[in-house]
Amino acid sequence: MKLRIAVIGAGIVGSLISRELSKYDLELHLIEKNPDVGWGTTKANSAIIHAGYDDPPGTMRARFCVLGNELYGELSRELDFDFRRIGSHVVAFTEEEMEILEDLMDRGMKNGVQNLRILDREELLSMEPNLNPSVKASLWAPSAGITEPWEVAISAVENAMENGLNLHLNERVLEISVERGKVRRVKTNKGEYDVDIVINCAGVHADDIAKMAGAEPFDILPRKGEYILLDEDAHVVNSIIFPTPTKKSKGILILPTIDGGTLLGPTAEDLPKSKKDDLETTKDGIERIKRACLKLVPSLNFSRVLKTFAGMRAETKKMDFIIGKTKVWGFINVAGMRSPGLTAAPAIAKYVVEKIIQEDLGVGLERKKNFKPFRKRIPHIENYGLEEWEEVVKKDPRFGKMVCFCNKVSEGEIVEAIKRGARTLDGVKFRTKAGFGKCQGGFCTLRILEIMSRELGIPIEEIKLNNDEASMMNGKVRE
Amino acid sequence: MKKEKVDVLVVGGGAGGIAGAISASRYGAKTLLIEREDRVGGVLNQCIHNGFGVLVYGEELTGPEFLFKLLEESKGDFEVRSGETVLRILKDEKVVITVSKRGITCYEVGALVVATGARERPFSTLMIPGPRVSGIYTAGVVQKMVNIYNRLPGKKAMVLGSGDIGLIMARRLKLEGVDVLGVIEIKDEVGGSLRNFVQCLRDFEIPLLTKHTISKVHGNGRIKGVTVVEVDENFKPIDGSGKFFEIDTLVVSVGLIPQNQILEGLVEFDPINGGPVVDDLQRTNIEWIFSAGNSIAIHDLVDFVYEEGVVAGRNAARLALGERLPRRKLKLVRGKNIGVMVPNYLTGDENRVKMYMRVRKTMEGGELRVQGGRVRKYNFKVRPGQMLDVVLDVGRLSFPTGERIESCEVEFHEDRASR
Repeated sequence: MKLRIAVIGAGIVGSLISRELSKYDLELHLIEKNPDVGWGTTKANSAIIHAGYDDPPGTMRARFCVLGNELYGELSRELDFDFRRIGSHVVAFTEEEMEILEDLMDRGMKNGVQNLRILDREELLSMEPNLNPSVKASLWAPSAGITEPWEVAISAVENAMENGLNLHLNERVLEISVERGKVRRVKTNKGEYDVDIVINCAGVHADDIAKMAGAEPFDILPRKGEYILLDEDAHVVNSIIFPTPTKKSKGILILPTIDGGTLLGPTAEDLPKSKKDDLETTKDGIERIKRACLKLVPSLNFSRVLKTFAGMRAETKKMDFIIGKTKVWGFINVAGMRSPGLTAAPAIAKYVVEKIIQEDLGVGLERKKNFKPFRKRIPHIENYGLEEWEEVVKKDPRFGKMVCFCNKVSEGEIVEAIKRGARTLDGVKFRTKAGFGKCQGGFCTLRILEIMSRELGIPIEEIKLNNDEASMMNGKVRE
Repeated sequence: MKKEKVDVLVVGGGAGGIAGAISASRYGAKTLLIEREDRVGGVLNQCIHNGFGVLVYGEELTGPEFLFKLLEESKGDFEVRSGETVLRILKDEKVVITVSKRGITCYEVGALVVATGARERPFSTLMIPGPRVSGIYTAGVVQKMVNIYNRLPGKKAMVLGSGDIGLIMARRLKLEGVDVLGVIEIKDEVGGSLRNFVQCLRDFEIPLLTKHTISKVHGNGRIKGVTVVEVDENFKPIDGSGKFFEIDTLVVSVGLIPQNQILEGLVEFDPINGGPVVDDLQRTNIEWIFSAGNSIAIHDLVDFVYEEGVVAGRNAARLALGERLPRRKLKLVRGKNIGVMVPNYLTGDENRVKMYMRVRKTMEGGELRVQGGRVRKYNFKVRPGQMLDVVLDVGRLSFPTGERIESCEVEFHEDRASR
């Protein structure tokens, strides 16, 4: 009988672990309570692949951050997602902050970060002319990069599915049974799975899942982060700009997004455990971001705001990732994945499979001979030359029909996103970026719903924005 | 890649574009109109209320009726291709590249008319706190949902912003049985026309909450309500004025923005109009690119858009057919109280030039002056929400001789006596 593994939570961590496991010959399940992958913390964070100088040497955060950063280049080529090493600056405004830069550099070198450099004011301003001219220096980390986190999760799951992963969406884990100290079965609102190993990647809810299994208890402390997104005309900075960090967080930063916008944020608001799903933006949060970012770039123009949003991060008391086996044999935690969780995830995926499962649990895994490492993204006109796109349209004319005009997303792409699993408007949007442009879906929302209705064979009014409560329409005007 | 040659390429199949194509082809130019949607007409298709065409056709039509008349007028004069989107404009080559189901097409053009209309300002740009929920739509989306898709957005709605579309949709939803709790307006008076205020709100007993805004959205998945607050004269919420309204739909009508993505980085823009700078020929600073209608500045009436389209099409045809067009001679600059203003330059080519503008603030009355001389006197209240259109007698202005471009001030002089 094949080894049976269930991964709980299809965020960046669960997705990349699943993809890593799909290289081996086993029965693999990925269970996700949301209607799509990457809709928790993965959907709303700073999207940074950190260099790795922030965390103290010896922590898992430091170790996996540097390792994960190195893996992103190859991973982005295999899974065909956007990733660019644009570098990061930590900027200092005072003598004390300059001392902290030295500490960070020292820490980074101990962590194994390459090519760190302290830049003087002149060099910094030549690279980032919009910065507050009263800056004194920066710590420059060329290995830092940006990506689209949910694209990483989606691409990993698509690739894992091609290699045999069973994805279970809209499934909430209700019970984890343990027999004779070993994890035995996962019960969800839809079914039961007999398992040998369970990997807990449940994000802000990982503590609840660990409790279900009777593993050593821990607390996930939800920390909300709000953001402001500016449109593509803002052109504020060329790289990631951090203020000098405090003990609690890396601060409120400014960075370009992978598709040309500018992201400002996040705030860091610790919430009670009961508020893990509170993704509301607040007046205070937005004001705080504005103030902090104006200090970094005084000329910032808030008439370019496209939207605001909030994400939830999973902090822990020990201020480090919780990764490893537990007293329940076969139950593995990969929890507390706050920053640099996104960066660390590919390295953690390898660690879980190679170290925890194979060494710590002593379970031998056999590599598949026919593993397919490559996944191709949905064709998009902006990634093609005109002659090449002409060929794409010749094969399928729907790729010539634009639906989202702001981001030039074609009907062909919408149809392909549905084929690849999009069942909600957000599912289409996150796969194609339709509706993410300046008009924020004003022109394409109804057209996308129309295509979804046709392709899925369901009435247009039944399609949801994201979850079941998020209806878009209320029946016909008249029959 | 297909290559084609046309004299005049018109981009955008709304009122401005169709008018432009009619006028270009009547002038004798081989004209092609491309439209990115499946059918021409633009927003006219979904505007089933009346009020269109009073100036152009001398009668009150609905949007689709106006479109029907336009298309009748244009029958067979020029080719129309829908489902075709502009990808690039090559300034030096006079080339426009498009994509459609037919593939990529490269048009070599004599002149280009851009009439790409407007888009709605999205709710998300207002940064109103709350969760991300469904049930919040711009008024134009609701209009299309109800009138084209035959679907209702919800059961209990409020409208944020009292622009014309907001008022029209408040009435439209009420007529279809939706409970419309009110229209929220941050300023102290209605944003749209008084006619729409009377016919859409007052006649249907829909409350208008001036000096109010939304301070918070509530909901989980779908919108469940909004907190509405009163604001002071600086639009700051007044503490303790918050009131919760239970709704499942929020219709947002907080402004239109000229849509001209394809001209960005290509032509000179007027930051106040939000669109390309044009002269009285509707010509941008690139001599072969013309623009008309809402892609230049937001207009109140489709008739204005039509008029500009006619001018743009005719002059594009003149250029495409080898005529040398006159250069800019007078630069119209905004003086006192002038906001949106079209055109920005005069060539002196036409004797009578139609100008469109908005005042910056509401005034009881006054006079419009160009180059110090009175153009028109207003004995009634003028509001920013109402576009003023005047015919300028160009012959009365003094033009510079030689190559110079001179400034010419346009001002709205408030007449305090008329108060």
